[in-house]
Amino acid sequence: MSSDVRFTDFKSDKQPTWCPGCGDFGTMNGMMKALAETGNDPDNTFIVAGIGCSGKIGTYMHSYALHGVHGRALPVGIGVKMANPDLEVMVSGGDGDGYSIGAGHFIHAVRRNVDMSYVVMDNRIYGLTKGQASPTSREDFETSTSPDGPNQPPVNPKALALASGATFIAQSFSSNAQRHAEIVQKAVEHDGFGFVNVYSPCVTFNDVDTYDYFRDAIVDLDETDHDPSDRDQAKDKILESEKEYMGVLYQDEDSVPFEEREGVEGSMAEIPDGAPEGAMDLVREFY
Amino acid sequence: MPEDLNWAIGGEAGDGIDSTGKIFAQALSRAGRHVFTSKDFASRIRGGYTAYKVRTSVDRVESVVDRLDILIALTERTIHENEDELHEDSVIIYDGERSTMQDVEVPGDATALEVPLKRLAEDAGGAIMLNVVALGAACEVTGFPIENLDESLEKRFGDKGEAIVENNKEAARKGQDYVQEEYGEFDYDMETTDEDYVLLNGDEAIGMGAIAAGCRFYAGYPITPATDVMEYMTGRVDQFGGKVVQAEDELSAINMALGAARAGARAMTATSGPGIDLMTETFGLVATSETPLVICDVMRSGPSTGMPTKQEQGDLNMTLYGGHGEIPRFVVAPTTVSECFWKTVEAFNLAEKYQTPVFLVSDLAMAVTEQTFSPETFDMDEVEIDRGKVVDENDIDAWLDEKGRFQAHFAAADGISPRAFPGTTDGAHMTTGLEHDELGRRTEDTDIRIEQVDKRQRKVETAREQEDFDYREFGDPDADTLVISWGSNEGALREGLTLLEEDGYDIRFLSVPYIFPRPDLTEEIEAAEDVIVVECNATGQFADVIEHDVLERVQRINKYNGVRFKADELATEIKQTLDTPAEATQ
Repeated sequence: MSSDVRFTDFKSDKQPTWCPGCGDFGTMNGMMKALAETGNDPDNTFIVAGIGCSGKIGTYMHSYALHGVHGRALPVGIGVKMANPDLEVMVSGGDGDGYSIGAGHFIHAVRRNVDMSYVVMDNRIYGLTKGQASPTSREDFETSTSPDGPNQPPVNPKALALASGATFIAQSFSSNAQRHAEIVQKAVEHDGFGFVNVYSPCVTFNDVDTYDYFRDAIVDLDETDHDPSDRDQAKDKILESEKEYMGVLYQDEDSVPFEEREGVEGSMAEIPDGAPEGAMDLVREFY
Repeated sequence: MPEDLNWAIGGEAGDGIDSTGKIFAQALSRAGRHVFTSKDFASRIRGGYTAYKVRTSVDRVESVVDRLDILIALTERTIHENEDELHEDSVIIYDGERSTMQDVEVPGDATALEVPLKRLAEDAGGAIMLNVVALGAACEVTGFPIENLDESLEKRFGDKGEAIVENNKEAARKGQDYVQEEYGEFDYDMETTDEDYVLLNGDEAIGMGAIAAGCRFYAGYPITPATDVMEYMTGRVDQFGGKVVQAEDELSAINMALGAARAGARAMTATSGPGIDLMTETFGLVATSETPLVICDVMRSGPSTGMPTKQEQGDLNMTLYGGHGEIPRFVVAPTTVSECFWKTVEAFNLAEKYQTPVFLVSDLAMAVTEQTFSPETFDMDEVEIDRGKVVDENDIDAWLDEKGRFQAHFAAADGISPRAFPGTTDGAHMTTGLEHDELGRRTEDTDIRIEQVDKRQRKVETAREQEDFDYREFGDPDADTLVISWGSNEGALREGLTLLEEDGYDIRFLSVPYIFPRPDLTEEIEAAEDVIVVECNATGQFADVIEHDVLERVQRINKYNGVRFKADELATEIKQTLDTPAEATQ
């Protein structure tokens, strides 16, 4: 790990195909800054992504990366981290990837509390399939597959996380570069599962949850007296449906990551050249 | 009692049938006798009918047969379930004092011994030991030295304290004494030897093989009959620096294993049919990201949830063809419990050498069969590890492009690219399920697409050249009749062949552990007059691929009632097939 890593070292030479103005540019920049600020470099970093606009992130960043199947990025990240806790693992996804097809994995990743960060680009729409309702779309948001709106309330991912025993819940806004990078950095530094829901507007298909909307609506928790160590305060803020918050909503400072509790020590990549020493004892057990 | 003895205990699930059977099987194994066990069980936790059967002989036994010499019946149904296997020298032990057993009618000429199992157990310290009383009675009837049973009781109950062990030994003696007093001495001596055997089942052999092969990460979701693999690994792989994670579902399990494999660990997941369905989504990702992964399918009766506790070999097509698009892969199917160990080791080597998914296909019959082996069968010094083309800081330069980027999907002539574990300096690279270039970057370029598809497929060709995808051969090499089988049927067929030989049938038998790539059987088939493929499924999935290979119709013996093949049954079926003109069976 070199000390002179800059965030641009995490950039690949591939030009993003995101639409001009897409929130995902800012989200990604913040991820790269957070990784560099926390002393990581591309060779010790593993980025996992699923499918969709968010899934392209591994291509635009430079690190070890895997772009998998829709909704399954979290289990891949867990496997990477369990097999080599020395790696910095960051998982990225979208609202469809994380809260629809991958909702089951999300809950279990939260409660498993493996030491990694999960950055979700939440634009409240399906972008890459050209504008259908997502699990975080508003109840009355008209789309090609919901002409009268989805007619069901949106998923509240932060509430899901809190109910599942999250040790770190934050929300961020891709357009506020400095704050966004700080928040992701806190998630990376957290000892456990650092979950950040990022408002990352879709400029092409979502004309409701726009930059202007978020700029007006968002309240920075740093400008309030919010105490992120207080779970009750976090719960109240998370359940306030009319408010959009930015910052760390909840953090359990005593969090101990799963792999540590499970006693995983170092990389599993190194194995002996033949059966391990003492392997015959495995056979003798069957006498 | 015959030298080749078939023993069973049956009752309701929850009666301790399994542990009692295991105590007896272990006692026999420790007394230097060969053992082959099988289980009849239903998909329920308590109640229903369940049985644990033990076949034992001083000679090796490879199969179950349709004959029961001694039966401990804890319920009346146990007797009826096994009626067809009883004969005039069979002995049934049951508790005639129990209300449900008072009017038991013993079928045929079998001898029934009423032993007040429960009352004697209470005398020895607790009704719970009634099964052990029955074991003691069985020792008397079979002439098995009760001292050997003592050792097994010590092993089973040692953790619970000396008093419990002593009570159990006492309970066994009460059973033995009762039979002696009431029915006179049974004048048998069951032979014991000084041989040291170990007793284990196919799932345990897979788990043991995985740890021996350096598997350090296992993710799975419990499912019959694959759960024993996970239970075996749990606690044991930790001792070697590994971990088992119980995932929330099979989709998660295979993706976790994939992640661990990308991080450089040897990783595995195991499941059964319904779980394989869920995992199918990720097969293509494993293959196209060129991640080494062992995916174990312990088959049971399908489709859908089918018969969860019954035997079938119906997933072969799934492992051969499962997943959309075209997926280079290996399908390896061990043919015996000990092969479960060795083929697992091989599966890990194949996975890493060729950076592909390797399907390790076993089945319920193998998973629940415990069999005796000399410990040297699993000689750990013989385990070889081949991690393939792993590069590190010292040799990675050779694989960087002109801009210093690592070519993780370099289109090598043999189809095999270098691997750099995450953490390797200058190795950072992208991997994706999308079609990609040599750097792993997504592409839709038609030439690169063809280059990468060809590159991945070349691995299979390379493996065909480098590996020995052979078969095991038994019987008469010059016989006109050729029988071919895969998976766990080998034992029953080998014994069946012996029976056929006695009747004057000469047969050449090939047991094939490699489904894909598989040995070319054209010459063998062309040299034979009759070709019969035996498998536990309805349609003959392996027969299909063989016919496809040689463009020759083969005759088929298929079984799909949920029960494994038996030696004498197979002998009869083969005779019938040979006596029927080939055209009539098609």
